[in-house]
Amino acid sequence: MNYKMIGRFFSAILAIEAAFMLPAIVVALIYHEPSVIIAYTVCIAALLAVSALFRYVSRGAKTRFYAREGLVCVGLGWLIISAFGALPFVITKEIPNFIDAFFEIVSGFTTTGASILTDVEAMSKGLLYWRSFSHWIGGMGVLVFMMAFLSDKGKDTGFTVHILRAESPGPEVAKLLPHMRDSSIVLYGLYIALTVLDILFLLIGKMPVFDAFCIAFGTAGTGGFGVRADSLGSYSPYLQTVTTVFMLLFGVNFNLYFLLILRRFKDIITDAELHVYLGVVAVSTALISFNILGTYTTLGETIHHAAFQVATIITTTGYSTANFDTWPSLSKAIMLTLMVIGACAGSTGGGIKCSRVLLMFRAMKRYIRKVVYPSRVEHVRVNNHPVSENTMNSVSLYLVLYAFILVISFLIISIDNFSVETNISAVLACFNNIGPGFGAVGPMESYAGYSWFSKIVLTFDMLAGRLELLPILALLSRRTWNRR
Amino acid sequence: MKIVIAGGGKIGRSLARLLSAEGYDLTVIDINAEMLGYIEEKYDVMTVNGNCAAMATLREAGIEDADILIAATMLDEVNLLCCLASHTLNKNLHTIARIRNPEYYDQLYELRDAFNLSMTFNPEFKTARDISRILEYPGFLKRETFAKDRVEIVELMVDEQSKLNGLRLIDLPGTAKCRVLVCAVVRDGSAFMPDGSFVLKAGDRVYVTAPTNELTLLLKNLGIITKRVSRVMLAGGGRVSYYLAKHLRKAGITVRIVEKDPDRCLRLAELLPDVEIIQGDATNQNTLEREGAKECDAVVSLTGLDEMNIIISLFAHDLGVRQVVTKVGRPESLSIIERLKIGSAVNPQELIGSSVVRYVRSVKNQSGAAITVHSIASGLAEASEFLVDSTTLNRGRPLRDIQLKKNVLLACISRHGSLEIPNGNSSFEDGDTLLIVTASNTVIERLNDIFE
Repeated sequence: MNYKMIGRFFSAILAIEAAFMLPAIVVALIYHEPSVIIAYTVCIAALLAVSALFRYVSRGAKTRFYAREGLVCVGLGWLIISAFGALPFVITKEIPNFIDAFFEIVSGFTTTGASILTDVEAMSKGLLYWRSFSHWIGGMGVLVFMMAFLSDKGKDTGFTVHILRAESPGPEVAKLLPHMRDSSIVLYGLYIALTVLDILFLLIGKMPVFDAFCIAFGTAGTGGFGVRADSLGSYSPYLQTVTTVFMLLFGVNFNLYFLLILRRFKDIITDAELHVYLGVVAVSTALISFNILGTYTTLGETIHHAAFQVATIITTTGYSTANFDTWPSLSKAIMLTLMVIGACAGSTGGGIKCSRVLLMFRAMKRYIRKVVYPSRVEHVRVNNHPVSENTMNSVSLYLVLYAFILVISFLIISIDNFSVETNISAVLACFNNIGPGFGAVGPMESYAGYSWFSKIVLTFDMLAGRLELLPILALLSRRTWNRR
Repeated sequence: MKIVIAGGGKIGRSLARLLSAEGYDLTVIDINAEMLGYIEEKYDVMTVNGNCAAMATLREAGIEDADILIAATMLDEVNLLCCLASHTLNKNLHTIARIRNPEYYDQLYELRDAFNLSMTFNPEFKTARDISRILEYPGFLKRETFAKDRVEIVELMVDEQSKLNGLRLIDLPGTAKCRVLVCAVVRDGSAFMPDGSFVLKAGDRVYVTAPTNELTLLLKNLGIITKRVSRVMLAGGGRVSYYLAKHLRKAGITVRIVEKDPDRCLRLAELLPDVEIIQGDATNQNTLEREGAKECDAVVSLTGLDEMNIIISLFAHDLGVRQVVTKVGRPESLSIIERLKIGSAVNPQELIGSSVVRYVRSVKNQSGAAITVHSIASGLAEASEFLVDSTTLNRGRPLRDIQLKKNVLLACISRHGSLEIPNGNSSFEDGDTLLIVTASNTVIERLNDIFE
């Protein structure tokens, strides 16, 4: 294990986090919140000090870097930035308990949007901003960002690809360009451009500037922290529609946007994952609209709310315009299914991902045929390319691990004696990085009622879900820490 | 004329046989000295032992004053390098390369330009194309096309119940009710170019010339029932299978490939998404039966071993499969299949041999040479196309006044896109294309050779 190299990474990550906190100070200045300014100043000082310490300890690091280091870097890196990110809440005493604050900021970085706050509007603006901005940072990945700006072209000794694999969602990682640094810049460029576009559309709809930024950050990262108690319920239908569209856009594989720039339209139109994603969205919206018919005055309003809720759940954002906890069972069951499916691979959304669902569905069909014709040989194909058996195995194993963690977490948090519906949806909502669930954790409720132990379990689920299990599970394995 | 053949494999040997029989000076290069000894013994050729892509070896083989190089080693890359090196040594050389990797198939034109190739050939592709054409019209054992694919010579088997049994050839157009001409008959192992009084009998293999668009009519009127092939099983998953499966899929036919090697199965499954790939031993009768050979309209045996192919075909025939096609690697095996009466046989070497021979002849005589040459009737006869030009004798005279050589037959005249199956009143003009069938012991190098 190359500890020194990892130390150097941490030094860089912490410095970047300090830089990310600067805009929050500006927000606090604008809204005259002296205690928040002090909290951020202390945090930034602490971040820079620890960063310098890591830098000093890791001097003379060798660049030898393998998959194991990549996993540890990502896993531990996320824990460290979350620990420091939680500090402003604790210092200002707005969330005095560290575990609560940690839950809140992990929920931010992992773009979950599950909150322990019972009254969002009582928070100071500087902290609300940081909470929403953490979605934006976490959506594309902190380390991908770091590589975009820190790694040197050509001097890469393999570490970037290990980091990207560990941090990016989806079963397969495709490099867009020969240099990792260029790929990262393209990804972030697209991400920033789409976010700015979203902000503009929201401002056109006369959303307050502060809200527009926070909501856009939450949409871009598919996070879901709102700045009002009723999430997006009190905004105009126009703003809600804009958010619906942008949530869906951020749930699409970003590689497709890159293909758009390259003008390879045919590849986009024929992309199988996109078909699944849009198909699921259309069918679920139609089914839910039909199911909740009569709840709202007009058909347009019905479809509007159904579409918003479907978009927010499948992209694992977690905003809401309606209290879907009161909807009929079928609609809730559909939403629960959408939670599991999640967005496309390579997007900012969570969940199992459409591509994995597609792969597993095709693998299942192949398996059934295999039973009928035992000696038949065939590949699972996506976009007319055969998928390697290695990928297929890792996808099936991923699903097994996924189910295993789901069950264990469900069992543990059931100690708190909430209803089964609440517990299942809480685990699903955290693990898939959505946010709101049903019952006591519904869209109009919060996670405040859970015990500290359950909150730790749910925090773990959020991290495991965002980083797709392996980086977090690797931290728990003794082998990871063995000497080679 | 001096020809160098690089590679003494099956194709190399078969070319050596065909070309030395025509009297060219041949030099064969191979890396295997033992194989060269065998070739030298069997055919009247020179041999050079060494790497055919090395200039030293090529010089030793006399490439600098050769006219044609045929690169026919196992590896496409070696063939290309061989052609490139030879062309460097001799700018006037005609180079012919075997390119058979499916991955290079789409870039043949680019390769020809880049490597200055005069011709490329792909035995597996050609074989696959021929098999797919046989499958298109079950009832014919073999099909050869001429005149830009508008005229064909098809092979028919005369059996006891056939309408052809006991028929005088002069009555054939009446029975078939379409424009046809019998151009060759194989009886007891020798070929005839029959005249009108010839009477067919059971056991004959008949070669009939007919326009492509009248083949269906011919089959119908002769009472040979044909049902379109819709399900085909290929035994063996080599290159021929790959090309054939692609051809058949394009025609909407369901294809099933049985292949033994698991890795090759995976590769095929990758390349051919809509073909059923089955991992199993095709020579095992259980496998064939379990995988539904019986329900198939045709079974094609394409493994690498002739004896395996023959066994598979025999078994498929026993199962009652209507059409069985067997690929054989050794020309000697062709006669065994004919004796066993288990359907069509295809020999890649023979197919390729005729197209290379045609090219060689055209290099030799720049004018008056055959446009295409096909060997038919198991190599006993040859069908060639010639263009009539100003040097051709007997233009404009009715055929009944022209004396043709013995065992030479004018099978079809094509003029500005219209086809004529000739009779005594027909004549040919400048610009016409003639299809000539000859016994293969009569070598026709230029068109005027057909006249007495």
